[in-house]
Amino acid sequence: MKQSRCFRFIALSLLLALLAGGLAPAASAEVTSAFKPVPVEELKVGMVLIGSQDDGFSGAHYNGLEGMKTALGLKDEQVLYKFNVPETAECDSALRELVDAGCQIIFGNSWGFMNFMEEIAEEYPEVIFSHCSGYKNNGVNFNNYFGRIYQARYLAGIAAGMKTQTNKIGYVAAWADNAEVNGGINAFALGVQSVNPDAVVYVKYISSWFDPTLEKQTAVALLALDCDVIAQHVDTSMPQVAAQEAGKFGCGYNTDMTPAAPDAHLTAPIWHWASVYTAQVQDVVDGTWVPENYFLGLKEGMVDISPLSKNVAPGTAEKIEEARARILSGEWDVFTGPISSNAGELVVKEGEALADADITGGLMTNLLIKGVEVK
Amino acid sequence: MFKPLLSAPHVVQRGEVKPAAAWAYRAFAVLIALAAGGVFLASLGYNPFRVYASMLMGALGTPGMQRETVKLTIPLAMASLGVLLAFKMRFWNIGAEGQFALGAVAASYFANFQPQLPPALLISLMAASAVVLAGLWGLVPAWFKTRFGTNETLFTLMLNYIVLYIITYLREGPWRDPAGGFAATPRFPRQARLPELHFPSIGNVHIGLIVMLLAVVLVYLYLRYTKQGYEIAVVGQNERTARYAGMPVKRIVLRTMFLSAGICGLAGMMQVAGPDRQLTDAVAGGRGFTAVSVVWLARLSPLGSLAVAFLFSVMQKGCSMMQTEFRIPASMSDILQGIVLFFVLGAEFFLQYSIRRRREVPA
Repeated sequence: MKQSRCFRFIALSLLLALLAGGLAPAASAEVTSAFKPVPVEELKVGMVLIGSQDDGFSGAHYNGLEGMKTALGLKDEQVLYKFNVPETAECDSALRELVDAGCQIIFGNSWGFMNFMEEIAEEYPEVIFSHCSGYKNNGVNFNNYFGRIYQARYLAGIAAGMKTQTNKIGYVAAWADNAEVNGGINAFALGVQSVNPDAVVYVKYISSWFDPTLEKQTAVALLALDCDVIAQHVDTSMPQVAAQEAGKFGCGYNTDMTPAAPDAHLTAPIWHWASVYTAQVQDVVDGTWVPENYFLGLKEGMVDISPLSKNVAPGTAEKIEEARARILSGEWDVFTGPISSNAGELVVKEGEALADADITGGLMTNLLIKGVEVK
Repeated sequence: MFKPLLSAPHVVQRGEVKPAAAWAYRAFAVLIALAAGGVFLASLGYNPFRVYASMLMGALGTPGMQRETVKLTIPLAMASLGVLLAFKMRFWNIGAEGQFALGAVAASYFANFQPQLPPALLISLMAASAVVLAGLWGLVPAWFKTRFGTNETLFTLMLNYIVLYIITYLREGPWRDPAGGFAATPRFPRQARLPELHFPSIGNVHIGLIVMLLAVVLVYLYLRYTKQGYEIAVVGQNERTARYAGMPVKRIVLRTMFLSAGICGLAGMMQVAGPDRQLTDAVAGGRGFTAVSVVWLARLSPLGSLAVAFLFSVMQKGCSMMQTEFRIPASMSDILQGIVLFFVLGAEFFLQYSIRRRREVPA
């Protein structure tokens, strides 16, 4: 409950900020930025990554920022990365180094960086700190960004639902009791059920984002439960490798995992971080950066699925395009009722849709929908 | 007499090596290590000279980097002092990692659940509870050793994992921050954080720096000039001698282990209340194990431990810069650190032992 109060507070402050912007006199119709423009050649962009360029999650961020670099024509030395930074004082230290190096904007890509970034933002009001996956915003120089990856998971769920023969789909998930992870599971399951109402999703949580060995072992355990498609919300391609070794199929995450498991992989929900990085850094260059949060989806090109592989069932592409069109129309989203929990309780009524606060936190934190079983 | 047919090499203890020669040996080992690391880097297509220069710059190049390197040195040097006390007694305390983390747990209790106390009292309680809890934790393997003769290396090693799981339990369960998101313990309130001192040259560093420097001096004096310090040395050299001299060996072992673990606990408190500001299972971050290498390389000298801990921190910080500048994967910098350690520890081995062939032994 406290969590949703927190989100309500943020939603309220955002609303107020919007209203303030909307009510401002016509002469300054745009919310003015507190930051001066920065000549492109003087620009320095920093990023603190929880992993390295070789793992799925951080690798996608790395590619995103590299995409920004190309789009804005920056030199290599203008983009500084801190790899493999744990969520401890080392995060603080890495942020300080990037400030010292003269970065005007610094990104951080892990949940646990949030409080370090919030505190250092107060100390250096002239530097912009932008945090991925959290929920805080100080209204001055600290915002956050994330994406509606659940939309892409829904689409991947369709591919899985079409493919399964046993009607049992395994899902290697990271952390329990978390809105991001459970939201992903639920969206995926809704996608599965949209084309295959009889299919169930078996979930195993491994309490880690990145553990190649455990990820594979968990996938093997799910395969032993008669699952024939393995989906995942963990960082490496090992679950897909396990599916391939068993002659079964799977949906990866973060990046196209077809090269890791060419005979197993169907499609993966993927991030296109470049769009949010390019937009924010361009704002820094133009002196138009404002502390607003980014929560973009399929429509804005922030999330998508990787190209369907040769392994998908016939008719998959059509079903996915149908669903994509519905989402892009803006009239329907994944979490539109009726939706029941796996305890049988109706949680979203027919015709209603979940608010963002209940997708990024609140209700979603502990929700698993009908047809999802924790194994 | 049995005469070996093969000339199998064997290891013999070396006589005293002159200090100057010993230092020459060590310097040579570092040079070889850098050369071997250079070959490794060159084979990956990097210019080793540029990489090494960036490492050095990354650790010491600017006041900000110097400050971060100093901040890395504080917990490592402090944990090394704890390990050193036990090692001096030839009690192989490999449990510094857990003792460090448990000190952080104790401090976190007061920081998160008693923040209304006056700040000075709060910080003192955090420090005292860290010392006592970690110290008692250290007494467990010490007591089993004195009572049943258990192997303290394994015992202390395994206790580490228990502490890590205690932190995981607290984080997922009773201490979970209700603010939401992923399981985490709450952030320390401001008053439960260590005050910072301003140094004109490098900026703000928490007062753990002063505590650590004081501890280096105190441990040096304790070992060198006190009766208890002398007792530790005697027990370390020969337990029977100590017993023959009428020393209460069991009491000395227990007392020293309490101190050893207590200092590690204080190091943990300083880390969690200083730069970390939040209890995580990565609070010790391997420092408890690195401290063992530090103490060994420093040959059980408190001042030496400070110096070696500083050099380790330079290397760690430098490797992080190397990753930033050359985008060398983290595993590569781990390998590089491993190469350096391998040669330097190897030099220590050859300072104490030499390898001879049997044939050279006169019949």
